[in-house]
Amino acid sequence: MYPAAFDYKRPATVDEAVALLVRHGDDAKLLAGGHSLIPAMKLRLAQPKVVVDIGRITNLSYIRDTGGTIAIGAMTTHHEIDASKVLHDRSPLLPETARHIGDTQVRNKGTIGGSLAHADPAADYPAAILALDAEIDLVGPRGRRTVKAGAFFIDLLQTAIAPDEILTEIRVPATARTTAYVKTEQKASGFALAGAAVVIGADGVRVGITGVAAKAYRATGVEQALAGQRTPTAEAIARAAAHAADGVQPLGDIHASPAFRAHLAQVNTRRAIERALSRA
Amino acid sequence: MPIPVRLRVNNAPRQHDIEPRLLLVHYLRDVCGLTGTHVGCDTSICGACTVLVDGKAVKSCTMFAIQADGSDVTTIEGIATNGHLHRVQQGFWDCHGLQCGFCTPGMIMASVHLLAGNASPSRAEIADGLRGNLCRCTGYSHIIDAVAQAANSTEVTHG
Repeated sequence: MYPAAFDYKRPATVDEAVALLVRHGDDAKLLAGGHSLIPAMKLRLAQPKVVVDIGRITNLSYIRDTGGTIAIGAMTTHHEIDASKVLHDRSPLLPETARHIGDTQVRNKGTIGGSLAHADPAADYPAAILALDAEIDLVGPRGRRTVKAGAFFIDLLQTAIAPDEILTEIRVPATARTTAYVKTEQKASGFALAGAAVVIGADGVRVGITGVAAKAYRATGVEQALAGQRTPTAEAIARAAAHAADGVQPLGDIHASPAFRAHLAQVNTRRAIERALSRA
Repeated sequence: MPIPVRLRVNNAPRQHDIEPRLLLVHYLRDVCGLTGTHVGCDTSICGACTVLVDGKAVKSCTMFAIQADGSDVTTIEGIATNGHLHRVQQGFWDCHGLQCGFCTPGMIMASVHLLAGNASPSRAEIADGLRGNLCRCTGYSHIIDAVAQAANSTEVTHG
C-alpha cells in the first residue's frame, strides 16, 4: 500500500513547525511516531499534501519531575513512558496504561502526543489522561495555552487542538499507588473494546473510560456514587460501577454491540477500582 | 519530488534520492536489494517487516524511509558475522523455530531486540516480547525454545 505523494518538511523547532502549519493550513499534517497517520495514509484515508515531521525537534521528548506534577514531552514514546522510573514511582497509572498499547515495536515508535492528538476512540491513554485530570499544552501562532483533559476530547478523532497548533507537553499529577487500568481488548488489533482507568486519592475517585463511546469520558456517575467512601465494600463498588456507561451512546460494530461495550465498561470499572484499592 | 536520504544499513553507508512516501521496508527491499525483510500484513500488525533502527525494533512498513535519515538500520542480513550465524539465528536453526519461514526475519530481529534489553527472559517474557510478531504456521512453542536457547548461549555476538 503506497500513500499519496506529499512534500516532506522537517522543522528543527516548534516555532518552525507552527509556521509550516500556518502556511499550509489544512493541506498539512504533523507526523510524530507515525503509527496513526501512516496507516491512514496507506489506506488513503488521509492524503496530506505536506507532512511536517516533528520527530527531530529535540526538546519534545522528556519526562521531568517538577514537584507535584510530572511533565512529559509530546514526542515521548510509549516505551519510554513504560520504562520511566519517575513515572513508576510518582504516577504509575500512565506506565501501566502504556504497557497495554500495541506491541514492542509499536511502543518503540508511537508517542503520547501523537496518540492524544489522534484521539482514536479506542486508544488507551485517553482513559488515563482523564482519570489523572491531566493538563495538555498547545502551542500555536498566538502562543501557548493549557487545556484540561476534560475539555480536550471533543468527539470522534476530534480534540481541542486548533489546525495551527501543536501539542507539546502533557502534565500529570503525582498520585498515590491506588491507580489501575483494566481493559478488554479487541483480540486482533489490541485496541480497547472498553478500558477503565481509575485514580483513587484523598480527593475522591476519578474514572476515565475509553473504547465505549465516540470519545473517552469521565464516568461521573461512578465517581459520585463513591464520594466520601474511603474503603467502599465490594457491594458499594459494584453498585457504583454499574453507572460506568450512564449518559453515553455506546459504539457498536462487528466486535462488540453497544450493550456489550456498556457491560464491559461496568465490569472493567469495578475491576479497576478493586485493583486500585488492592494497591493501597 | 525526490529528496536525499543518508543512513547506514548493516554498517554500510547508503545515500539515495527517494520519494518521501517511500516506506522503509520498500527502501530496504527495492532500493537496497535487501529482500530478507518481508512485507506481511502491511498494516503494522504481523511484524514480518521488523528491523532495528538505532537498536530499537520497529515495523518498517509503518515508517517512511526518510524518517530513518541519519540512523543506523539493521536487517536480518546484517546480524551474522564472518559466516557465523547470530546466536538467535542459531537458536531458530537448532530448535526448528520456523516452518514456512515467512515470519522468521521479523521474529529474529524482534528477538535480538528483546535479548538486548533482557538477557535472560522467562518464557512468558519471550512470548510478551514477540507479541508483535505473528506466525501463521502457529509454531510459537519452537520459536520460544529458540529464543530461550539463544539467551542461554554463551557465544558472544554483537546482538
